[in-house]
Amino acid sequence: MSDYNFAYLDEQTKRMIRRAILKGLAIPGYQVPFASREMPMPYGWGTGGVQVSAAVLTPDDTFKVIDQGADDTTNAVSIRRFFQKTAGVAVTEATSEASVIQTRHRIPEQDLRADQILVYQVPIPEPLRFLEPSEVETRKMHALEEYGLMHVKLYEDISQHGDIATAYAYPVKVEGRYVMDPSPIPKFDNPKLEMAGIQLFGAGREQRIYAIPPYTQVVSLDFDDYPFQPTKADHACDLCGAEDSYLDELIVDDAGGRMFMCSDTDYCATRRKQGHVGAQGVPYKEDAA
Amino acid sequence: MQAQVLEGGFADLPIDASYAFRAVMTAMARPGDIVDVSGAKPPSPMSVAAGVVVLTLCDPETPIHLALSHDMPQVRDWITFHTGAPFVAAQDAMFALGAWDALSLADFPLGTAEYPDRSATVIVERQSLSHDGVVMRGPGIKEKTTLSLPDTRAFETNAAQFPLGLDFIFTCDDRLAALPRTTRVG
Amino acid sequence: MYVAVKGGERAIDNAHAWLAEERRGDTSVPELSVAQIRTQMTLAVNRVMAEGSLYDPDLAALAIKQARGDLIEAIFLIRAYRTTLPRFGGSNPIDTEDMACDRRVSATFKDAPGGQVLGPTFDYTHRLLDFKLAADGEVGDAPVVAHNQTATPHIMSFLDRENLIQSEPTGADIPDDLTRTPLELPASRALRLQSLTRGDEGFILGMAYSTQRGYARNHAFVAELRIGAVAVEMDIPELGFAIEIGEITVTECETVNQFQGSKTQPPQFTRGYGLVFGMTERKAISMALVDRALRWKELGEDNLGAPAQDEEFVLYHSDNIQATGFLEHIKLPHYVDFQSELELIRKLRREAQDNISREAAQ
Ligand SMILES: [Zn+2]
Repeated sequence: MSDYNFAYLDEQTKRMIRRAILKGLAIPGYQVPFASREMPMPYGWGTGGVQVSAAVLTPDDTFKVIDQGADDTTNAVSIRRFFQKTAGVAVTEATSEASVIQTRHRIPEQDLRADQILVYQVPIPEPLRFLEPSEVETRKMHALEEYGLMHVKLYEDISQHGDIATAYAYPVKVEGRYVMDPSPIPKFDNPKLEMAGIQLFGAGREQRIYAIPPYTQVVSLDFDDYPFQPTKADHACDLCGAEDSYLDELIVDDAGGRMFMCSDTDYCATRRKQGHVGAQGVPYKEDAA
Repeated sequence: MQAQVLEGGFADLPIDASYAFRAVMTAMARPGDIVDVSGAKPPSPMSVAAGVVVLTLCDPETPIHLALSHDMPQVRDWITFHTGAPFVAAQDAMFALGAWDALSLADFPLGTAEYPDRSATVIVERQSLSHDGVVMRGPGIKEKTTLSLPDTRAFETNAAQFPLGLDFIFTCDDRLAALPRTTRVG
Repeated sequence: MYVAVKGGERAIDNAHAWLAEERRGDTSVPELSVAQIRTQMTLAVNRVMAEGSLYDPDLAALAIKQARGDLIEAIFLIRAYRTTLPRFGGSNPIDTEDMACDRRVSATFKDAPGGQVLGPTFDYTHRLLDFKLAADGEVGDAPVVAHNQTATPHIMSFLDRENLIQSEPTGADIPDDLTRTPLELPASRALRLQSLTRGDEGFILGMAYSTQRGYARNHAFVAELRIGAVAVEMDIPELGFAIEIGEITVTECETVNQFQGSKTQPPQFTRGYGLVFGMTERKAISMALVDRALRWKELGEDNLGAPAQDEEFVLYHSDNIQATGFLEHIKLPHYVDFQSELELIRKLRREAQDNISREAAQ
C-alpha cells in the first residue's frame, strides 16, 4: 500500500462521487454534474473512469482494465497498476474473474453477470455536443426532451450517404427519456448496453457521471426504414475462428495484406484455450502468449 | 459531550465506507434487493442501516433534514460529530431521515427540469423490511420484484413526476433496500 | 502465423527509466537544486503556483525540476498534488491595500499618494542578450530603500470618492469554489475570476489581446498594477478572532474602462480586475481585460459575438491541464473506433458503386 488514502481519493471526494453515482442510477442516462478532481493522470486518459472506479472499489474486488478491448495496451496497464498500488486490489485479465471492469471504447464480448460492474471512460458525455456546442443550450434540450436536432443529423446522413454515418459513440435513448452517449464504443456493442451488470460512466474533464442500472431499456436511435445495424468486419477471427466478436483489422505485410482478430483479447485467448483455431492461428500452448 | 456521541462511527473509515457504499449502490441499482450493511452504531432511534447510509453519504456539503421521529439531541449530536452535515428544513434537504409517518414528502426538493439530480434522498426507517409486499417494475429490476412498502400511492405519484422525483432508501436494523423515482409500483 | 504484441508493462518501465535519464541530462554537468530553481527561476515558479492554484514555491520548483522545465507538466504535478491535500477552511479576503508593494504603477495618474514604484521590472531593459551572464551571473548590490510602512491607497479609491467608478458589491458571502463544485453556467463573477486566475497564461493573454484589437474592445487603462506581499488571515472560531497564517506575494491589476450610463444614471467608469499568485504581471493585466469583456451582460452592453465575451468559450477552454490532457489523448489507440468507420465507409462506397453501375446499366 502507499501513503495515499485507500483508492487514492480522499473520503470527502469519494462521498461526492458516490452521491453522483446514486443520482445517476436513479435517473438513467441523465448526466449528473460532479466536481471532478485533478487526478495523477491526464484529463482525456480516463480520469472520469478512474474517479468512478475509486469510488466503487472495495478491498475484495478483482479489477480488470481494457482499452480497445485489450488488457495489455499501455494506458490500460497504467490504470490497472494505479489501483494495484493505491487500493491493493487483485487484478485480472479474465472477464469472468473480474468484479469491476474499467473500459475504454469496448464492452466485453462475454455477457456480464449481475455481480459485475462496468465503468466506462467517457471523453465527451454530451451526445448533442457536436450539434450544439453550448452547454447551456444542450442542457435545455435535455430538460425539454427536445431531441429533434439529433434526428435531423441522422436523417441528413441518410440523404447524403444513403445510410446513418455514425459508426461509434452511436446515440441511444435510455428508458424512453434521455438521449445518451454510450462513450466511443463501436455501434456493434450497442445491443450489449442492456445487461445484467451495473454500468457507470465517468467523464472527468467534462465533470459528468451517468449510469445505466441493470435490465434498463437502451434503444439505439434509428428510423423505421433505416433500422439500427450493429456491424462488424465480415470475417471470422483469424486466431480463434470466432464469428460473433468485434474484430481488429491488422495490416500484416507491405503488399497491404490483412488479418482480422478479436478486439477482446481475453475472449480470443479463452477460445483458443478451449481449442478453437482460426484460419491463421496455431493450436493453443500454455507458453505461447 | 456524551461518550455515545463520539462512538459508533466507522472503525476504518475508507474501508468500511467502501463496503457500505457498494451495498447502497447495489440497492439503488436493483430496487427491491435487500442488502446487509454494518459498521455504524448510531444512537436510538436510528437503525444501524440508517447510520451506515448517513456515514457513507453525508458530510458538511450535504444539508440533512430530520423528521420529528428522529429530531432529537442524541441523533443531532451523533450526525454532527461524525459527518458535520448541517440540519435544515425539508425544502432545503439533500438528505432526509425519519419514520414514514413523520416525513412530509411534499416539502422535499424534487430537482429541476435542467438538474433533476438536485432532489432529496429520503432515508425511511422501517419496523420491518421484506419481500412480502407490493410488486415493483422498472430499471434495475428483471421483470418484477416485491418489497414491503409503507405506501403505494405516494410512490406512484413520485414515479409520475419522472425525471423529477425523490429517491428512497428503506432501513431496518442492519438491512436496507432502495426505491428510486424510476420504479413503478403496484 | 501471428504472435500478438505483448509487453505494455515492460515498455512503460523502460520509458520511465529513459525519461529519468533525460531529465538528469549530462551527468558531467552539476545537477540543478530545487533551491536554485526556486530562487533563480522565480517567474517560472510563480506561473506554476498561479496556474497550479497552490502557493508553495518549494513544491513549484520541485515540479519544474521533475517536469524538465515543461511548465504545463509542472502545473499538472502541482494540481494533482493539490487534490490530495485536506481542506482546513477558508481564509479571510486578503487586503491588498495593506500590501508591502515591491512594484506599484498607475497609467491613469502621473503621481498619486504612495507614488509610482517601478520595482524589479523588465520594462525598460533593452532586450539585448547579456553575454556576461553566460560566464558569470554575479551582480553588485541594488540600492536599498525602505518599504513604505503605511498602507498604499488604491488608485480606484480616488475615483470612487467622486463616484466616477462603478462600485462593486461587497458581502460576507463565501463564493463557490471552482475546485469543489462543478462549473455551472451562467457563472458568477467570482467563479469567472477563479477560472481566469488559474487559466493558461497564453490563452488569457490571447483573449485579452483580441479585445484590444477590436473583438469587444473595452478601452482599458491600467489604473493600478501592484505587486507585493500580503498577509493571509483566517478566523479561528475557538479563539473568536483572526490570526495571520502566512504571507503570500500577489499581483493585482485594476483597469478602468470606458464608462456607461443612461438618461437616469450619470456615466461612470467600469472596472476589470486581475489577481494572480506571485509576480505575474502579464497574466494579471490579461485577466483584468478578459474579466471586463465577460461582464458585458451585467453592464448592459451588447453581445458583439466576440470570443472574449463568450463565457462558455473562455471558461471551458482556459484550463491548460484540461486542454493538454484532451489534446494529447488522441495519441492513445483509437483503432476500435477507426475500424468501425472503416467498415462503414467501405459499405457506403459499395452501395454508391452499386447505384452507379445500376444507373449505367439502365
Ligand atoms: Zn479471436
